[in-house]
Amino acid sequence: MIAELGHFSLILTLFVALAQGCLALAGAARDNAVWIAFARPAARAQFLLIIFSFATLGWSFIVKDFSVAYVAQNSNSQLPLLYRIAAVWGGHEGSLLLWLLMQTGWAYAVSVFSKQLPDVMVARVLGVLGLVTAGFLLFVLLTSNPFERLVPAPIEGMDLNPLLQDIGLIFHPPLLYMGYVGFSVAFAFAIAALLAGQLDSTWARWSRPWATAAWLFLTLGIALGSWWAYYELGWGGWWFWDPVENSSFIPWLVGTALIHSLAVTEKRASFKNWTVLLAISTFSLSLLGAFLVRSGVLTSVHAFATDPRRGVFILMLFAVVVGSSLFLFALRAPKVGMGGRFELISRESLLLVNNVLLAVAAGAVILGTLYPLFIDALGLGKLSVGPPYFNAVFIPLMVPALLLMAVGPVANWKSAKISALMKHLHVPAVVALVVGVGAPFLLGRWSALVALGLALATWIATAVVKGIVDRMRATRTGLRAQPRSWLGMHLAHLGIAVFVAGVTLVMGYETEQDVRMTPGSTVSTGGYDLKFLGVNKAQGPNYVADIGDIELSRDGRVLRLLHPEKRSYISSEMPMTEAAIDANGLRHVYVALGEPLADSAWSVRVYYKPFVDWIWIGCILMALGGLLAISDRRYRLKRRERKAALVAAGATA
Amino acid sequence: MKRWWLTLLCAVIALPSWADNGAAEKRMLDIAGELRCLVCQNESIAASRADLAVDLRQQIREQIQVGKSDAEIRAYMVDRYGDFVLYRTPLKATTLLLWFGPMLLLAFGLLVLATTLRRRKSSVADALLSDDERKRAQALLAQTTDNGT
Repeated sequence: MIAELGHFSLILTLFVALAQGCLALAGAARDNAVWIAFARPAARAQFLLIIFSFATLGWSFIVKDFSVAYVAQNSNSQLPLLYRIAAVWGGHEGSLLLWLLMQTGWAYAVSVFSKQLPDVMVARVLGVLGLVTAGFLLFVLLTSNPFERLVPAPIEGMDLNPLLQDIGLIFHPPLLYMGYVGFSVAFAFAIAALLAGQLDSTWARWSRPWATAAWLFLTLGIALGSWWAYYELGWGGWWFWDPVENSSFIPWLVGTALIHSLAVTEKRASFKNWTVLLAISTFSLSLLGAFLVRSGVLTSVHAFATDPRRGVFILMLFAVVVGSSLFLFALRAPKVGMGGRFELISRESLLLVNNVLLAVAAGAVILGTLYPLFIDALGLGKLSVGPPYFNAVFIPLMVPALLLMAVGPVANWKSAKISALMKHLHVPAVVALVVGVGAPFLLGRWSALVALGLALATWIATAVVKGIVDRMRATRTGLRAQPRSWLGMHLAHLGIAVFVAGVTLVMGYETEQDVRMTPGSTVSTGGYDLKFLGVNKAQGPNYVADIGDIELSRDGRVLRLLHPEKRSYISSEMPMTEAAIDANGLRHVYVALGEPLADSAWSVRVYYKPFVDWIWIGCILMALGGLLAISDRRYRLKRRERKAALVAAGATA
Repeated sequence: MKRWWLTLLCAVIALPSWADNGAAEKRMLDIAGELRCLVCQNESIAASRADLAVDLRQQIREQIQVGKSDAEIRAYMVDRYGDFVLYRTPLKATTLLLWFGPMLLLAFGLLVLATTLRRRKSSVADALLSDDERKRAQALLAQTTDNGT
């Protein structure tokens, strides 16, 4: 009964979403105030209805109602409560329900935080979001209903995929979807502006915080996914250019271009067409990612259960979204003004080059991800496109982008003087050269790639610090007096620098050993000694584990015991590794149990990973930068000023 | 099946070459890192713990021992499993677009950028503000200090 209520609530949401989409857009077109006023309450109602649906599915998991097919497929009576709750989004159907929860949640947020916007604009934005929600609801109801019953009900469920039974599952998909879906808001703003024929800096200012918010969630989601794969898959890799990783990275690249382009459109009213196109692309590519992951065209550790109907439906949804928005764009774009004039050397031009590089990088990743599919479809054989390809094309594209990253923030809008740029940048240039050339010597082995990576990271970091210090001196104010959006930009750039340094050092100096260890034997890595003490069996709630005892020591001093695990879940043939990691912010000693060998020996994988933490710290800094930027006063000031103006108008009237 | 490779593995471990020979082991991992484990869901032979990957890692070790070059070992794998096994996609007629596509994209992007900038330069009017607007802007500027963002 509970599950049917959830299902019913989904159907109800579909009607609300359709009504909202049609009425709000029609109302905005015909200036009907009543229809326009319908948009906000309808958006809130959808969110509440989806929360209800979501809660009913969660309840079915909590009470172990295996008569619901989705619950039976993704949980088990032995599964701990926390994972039973996270299992709500552990499979295809439920993760779509999570998607809908986020989708309606973003629309709800728009309805709440849009008081400074004209009602007509809000109606258009929410109308577009309503139609997108309706598309996804149709998808869920027609092909992927999570509330379907199993008759007769099984006594026991099949259990959640063991790979997913981890704290990562609780946070990774929600963050990632917040990002994916969040770009639908920027998309809706773009479509609303096209519909209204009002593409101007106001539109850019309104959609900017939303795009940045989506971007920061996507950044965190991808970073968390990378960290999860790093410790869960047991081979010490943090990025594999897996098609599914790529399908989240592509919207990130285009979304990054979007937030930079929006800055130009807001400040200088230029690049308007390009910004709209990026807003449409970012969301469309999120949809493409969803298609790739869920249609079964990919083989990947993440791929969901396959069903061709689903693939076809998402492809149709993708075609409708892309087709209609590009059609609208083609109608309106020629009428859009060019905006302010700028010289060849100016912040505008630099940001345009950055946009070209990011867009080409996204294009290259799309090409590499889809190429094997096309070759296979054309009957030309089976190909693999793996990390060697992506590294070969992606890194050369990013080097100029990283070089420009220090230049853009110090270049003037409209027209920048080379001499002025040199004045700002000669210190970072010298520091970068010294660190780039010198540091690899100190680290033990000189290589050109390490030198390049460290020089780039230092270049950006020094420019950020110098930029902030110069500004504080010039304005004679403290750090806190600076505009937050400006500080946010610098913090995010610093995050990139930290990320680049981490990637460079871990790729340049990591070591990897696959050794056979008997109780008492030792192996050393990066100056640390690891002594294998043995392996004990232990019983988990729904698995049996072999837990290794490995003593970590340095120069004879015992530091701690590491406990890598190897788990056999009752539900799965494939054993799961749980790596043991000793981290101190500067390096990881990473140990994973391999296979048992004769004479109570085990094969053990030992990695030494210098600065690997910096990869994720860098991502966190980027996200914090985004957060700082959207908390800028000027997004809130507008509202207060408007209110004051309204009060004043009321007083005179 | 499991027993079979365990025996094989133990036999190999008895050989002195594995743990002692760090350089050969590194070479093996470098080669295996660019080969796809065919029974896995997109994992390399170096990373995977599947039986096939363990077996193939061992074969690479043996071939290194008998003095084969990296290219010969890769060719052996391609003979057995086809191009699908190579993560470093080979350059040939069907992959020309893959390898040169990004360069074409970049050239196209820069070309569009250059033409757009040139067109802009000739078409955007310098004076975007009317006299009245300019006066108002100056008045506003006098009131507030520009923060430059």
